Amino acid sequence: MKYGYFPGCSLKGTGRAYEESLLPVMQHLGIEMRELDDWSCCGATAYMAVDEGKACALAARNLAIAEQEGHAQLMAPCSACYLVLNKTQHYMAEYGAMKRLVDKALGSVNLRVTRPTPVRHPLDVLLNDVGLEAVKQKVTHPLKGLKVAPYYGCQIVRPYSTFDDQADPQTMDRLLESLGATVVDWPLKTKCCGGSLTGTLPKAGLRLAYILLKEARKRGADVIATVCPLCQFNLDGYHDKIAARWEPVRIPTVYFSQLMGLAFGLPAGRLGLQRGFVPMKPLAAVTAA
Amino acid sequence: MAKQEQEVRIGFYVCHCGTNIAAMVDCPEVAQFVGTLPGVVLSKDYKYMCSDPGQELIQQDIREHRLNRVVVASCSPLLHEPTFRSATEKGGLNQFYFHMVNIREHDSWVHTDRAEATSKAKALAQAAVHRVAHHKPLETKRVSINPTTLVVGAGIAGIHAAMTIANSGKKVILVEREPTIGGHMAKFDKTFPTLDCAACILTPKMSDVGSHENIQVLSYSEVTKVDGFVGNYTVTVKRKPRYIDEEACIGCQDCIPACVFKQPKFADEFNEGLGKRRPVYIPFPQATPQIVAIDPNTCLNFKKGEDGGRVVSDKCKKTCVEACGDKNAIDFTQVERIEEYEVGSVIVATGFQTFDARRAPAYGYGRFPNVYTSLEIERLVNASGPTGGHVVMRDGKSEPRSVGIIHCVGSRDKKTNVWCSRVCCMYSMKLAHLLKEHTGAEIYNFYIDVRTPGKGYEEFYNKLLDEGVHFIRGRVGEVTDWAMTPDEEGKLVIRVEDTLAGYVRRIPVDMVVLATGLEPQQDAQDVRRMFNMSCGSEGFFLERHPKLAPVNTFNDGIYIAGACQGPKDIPDTVAQAGAAAAEVLALIDKGFVEQEPNTAFILEDECSGCKSCIPLCPYTAILFDEGKGRAYINEALCKGCGTCVGSCPSGSIVQNLFDDEEIFSEIEGVLAYE
Amino acid sequence: MFEIQRTIKYEADRVPGFGREVMGVPGCEKLKDCIQCGTCSGVCPLSIYMDYTPRQVMALTREDFKREVLGSHTIWLCASCYACAVECPREIRITDIMYELKQRAIHEGVYPRRFPIPVLAQEFTKMVHDHGRVSEGLLVTKLFLKTNPLAALGMAKLGMGLMKTGRFSVKQENIKRRAELAKIVETVDQENLKGKA
Repeated sequence: MKYGYFPGCSLKGTGRAYEESLLPVMQHLGIEMRELDDWSCCGATAYMAVDEGKACALAARNLAIAEQEGHAQLMAPCSACYLVLNKTQHYMAEYGAMKRLVDKALGSVNLRVTRPTPVRHPLDVLLNDVGLEAVKQKVTHPLKGLKVAPYYGCQIVRPYSTFDDQADPQTMDRLLESLGATVVDWPLKTKCCGGSLTGTLPKAGLRLAYILLKEARKRGADVIATVCPLCQFNLDGYHDKIAARWEPVRIPTVYFSQLMGLAFGLPAGRLGLQRGFVPMKPLAAVTAA
Repeated sequence: MAKQEQEVRIGFYVCHCGTNIAAMVDCPEVAQFVGTLPGVVLSKDYKYMCSDPGQELIQQDIREHRLNRVVVASCSPLLHEPTFRSATEKGGLNQFYFHMVNIREHDSWVHTDRAEATSKAKALAQAAVHRVAHHKPLETKRVSINPTTLVVGAGIAGIHAAMTIANSGKKVILVEREPTIGGHMAKFDKTFPTLDCAACILTPKMSDVGSHENIQVLSYSEVTKVDGFVGNYTVTVKRKPRYIDEEACIGCQDCIPACVFKQPKFADEFNEGLGKRRPVYIPFPQATPQIVAIDPNTCLNFKKGEDGGRVVSDKCKKTCVEACGDKNAIDFTQVERIEEYEVGSVIVATGFQTFDARRAPAYGYGRFPNVYTSLEIERLVNASGPTGGHVVMRDGKSEPRSVGIIHCVGSRDKKTNVWCSRVCCMYSMKLAHLLKEHTGAEIYNFYIDVRTPGKGYEEFYNKLLDEGVHFIRGRVGEVTDWAMTPDEEGKLVIRVEDTLAGYVRRIPVDMVVLATGLEPQQDAQDVRRMFNMSCGSEGFFLERHPKLAPVNTFNDGIYIAGACQGPKDIPDTVAQAGAAAAEVLALIDKGFVEQEPNTAFILEDECSGCKSCIPLCPYTAILFDEGKGRAYINEALCKGCGTCVGSCPSGSIVQNLFDDEEIFSEIEGVLAYE
Repeated sequence: MFEIQRTIKYEADRVPGFGREVMGVPGCEKLKDCIQCGTCSGVCPLSIYMDYTPRQVMALTREDFKREVLGSHTIWLCASCYACAVECPREIRITDIMYELKQRAIHEGVYPRRFPIPVLAQEFTKMVHDHGRVSEGLLVTKLFLKTNPLAALGMAKLGMGLMKTGRFSVKQENIKRRAELAKIVETVDQENLKGKA
């Protein structure tokens, strides 16, 4: 199985632990990921707020590169990238004017999008291409006794749910169970983490992160598993501020890929685990066992 | 053939239909154009052709101008073809010398460019003028009406229709698929807005139906096949085995407590699963017929058969049979029976199903135990319900101290059902009243719009306001079980925008009631096909005309009543059932129907005897004369579908009203217009 | 003493055609179907901080109250979680309408001054234009210097933490073909101008 790989800016910056864990895990499962050459920022939510046409054209540049490099499918692990690339395809398919604008802009630099390259999330790939059986076979250190709150966040199920249920997504639940972990019933799994508002308007943004953490802890979770660099940052980075404003709700938040790496017995040092703010004690206990 | 050579003298009329047609089609221009066509003797436009003066005009012109063909360009033939045919006949012509052009539904109503719409009207008119020249005089034939009526579905609609017809002395066969008649209404506690008890008004009617000499009740049965046509239908009914001899059972119910299951153990359908029943049961005390049923899925005397169905295991001690004693009414060997009935007309009153609340996941039905559907609450407040009318939550103990009733669940929503279910506002208020009466709880109604268009309904709304029930205008975003404040701990929290106060609110409650909407039955499409009816896009059965023929369908002799036609409350349902019964009685009283002479016939000289048409006929109307080696059509059975005409390799089958000359000239006419 | 303010709206307060213009934009068509049920506000995690609820923004937009909408905090509080768009019973893409309104507010320069969210959007966009990629550390630093230098101090601890865990860098990431990117942006601008002409 081969995929083009669109890391996006966060996976090279604040979310580098995601890339550091995802790449070895995928390799361990025999999946080849080739990073797009000279990819550019997807535009995220900020760009759409400034100019929709440019946002689509810039996102489409990456789709054109993927096509040029001959990738049948493109993997986008970051939720924002995943959504923006998908949304661009939807807009181009739905609105003739948008397609003409994007075609014209790409044409000016001899790039072209001639077909929709499927944009896939790692969870989608793991569940539907690799299969849970194959994942289970690689588990050498089952995460027995580890209680995980699976956090999907907004943008991989909304607004385009292509591979999971919009109201009650299950793919990560199943994946975590196949690693031997116990999934905690946590109804906030698709609630907003605050997005960029945690930084720009902490009073509003941090409250959302606080509610997620508080409920996860209340429901007995040892750790929150996430699929998005911004979600991870918001749930992991602001514990001091949250404690000052409300109450301390320290609970670690890790990428699902880090948990996979641990279950596969990959060296913890190679999974970016040292990059979290909240120490991941429960994990240490598991791996020691 | 001599008649064909006679000079064709066509009168053409284009109708304005007020502004329905005239606003989009230049009617005088159409009349002027058609006046120039060969064979057209006169061409007029008129405001309302269907009015008395309009019809008079046709009759007068036929006499004064010796017209022998008439064409009217107006609305759909479905609406006024009989009107104009009759005017033509009154003018002294055979009614089939008339032809109608639809320039309303097919033209003015569906176009926005006046010039184009006018051109289209001209082209269609020219086609009709070409065609009508080839029309031939035909005679209609009369078919007698079988005076027995089939009523499908024995909810309040079916019950009322059956009683009305039976009281006039006519026979009725009433088919119900559940073990008892009564439908949804039998489950209700009180009815709005009068708050009279549903059982008090329904159950006497049920037992009247059960004992009526003119009504044969076929409970636990389903119609599986319908053949024939208006006045003469043959209906096939599947009688499902209830493992009880209906003649022998006297309704003593001694078998029920005798069952080997000492305690009721299985979810009770009649109580929406809130109560339990044994494998041998009667749905509720006043069930009609008063006959028990045995559920093979839970009865120990059955096991899984090889085909996945249930077969007798004979493993049970059969204490029920013992209790039944000499009556010998329990019969484990019973199998499905197929019966046929001859009827003249049918009333379809198959009702509705409620929206599955699990399809609205944001409200937590099935996830949070104390989220209920409205039908569950009907049973919970009912004195004969699973708790004897004591409103307790699923723990079986605690009474709710606060209740949120969410309106429009599954209704007015493009993701589920787009329509307003019409009854939920009123029944929500009824349940609000009853819950307050039973528990004294704080009640919050969450609504998008309060809709109370019925006699005494707005007054009922006022009464609820007086009682101190809260009305919050806002569609609930979600129901959750996580708390933000201490008073929210352990409660269900409703998050909603109070759109009138202008605030987003979180309201903790003990119990949530989902006012689920009404939707077509799961198998509505099968029923539709079986009775050859039409459906709207949402799946409810389509009336022939919403104002002029509200209980008729497009299939003559088949009528609809109640919520199978669209969501409606009990008063409207009963009114419609009465209307359907009146239509049936009018048909029976007239005694016959005139049939359109659009049947096919075979030109004996040209038939090659290939027999290819015979298996194609859906009505088995084509027979083969072995002596002559030719096929022939039984006109009484032919429905005029035209299948044989199109398939005949030698082109030797002709259909009245649709012969080659008529069709080709019509096509030439429309193509000749530039 | 309390101050009173008139809240009545006159026809002159409207900008006729504004609503229709917004509804003409791809993704915003269904605004005309809104029945003001409030589901959007009910599910919006940030509606509790908004000056107008999302439902009110829909009504104000449809009724041409351009100044009120473009000057509102609401459009900037939208975190693009799409909960409203998914739950709306009329299938209105509320999030996309919010994007459209943000674009118009930036274009007309009417967003609330010193409000960090539109500034972030613009700084983000500028960085993408110039370099092709976003360097988060640099972006955030710029944002705080522009909007609220004092708040930057409060963030210092977070920044240190990030540096310690190797996730903070003020080094600017660059793509190779920056000219290509510039050309794409330029072409879109040209097309937009043509469209307006």
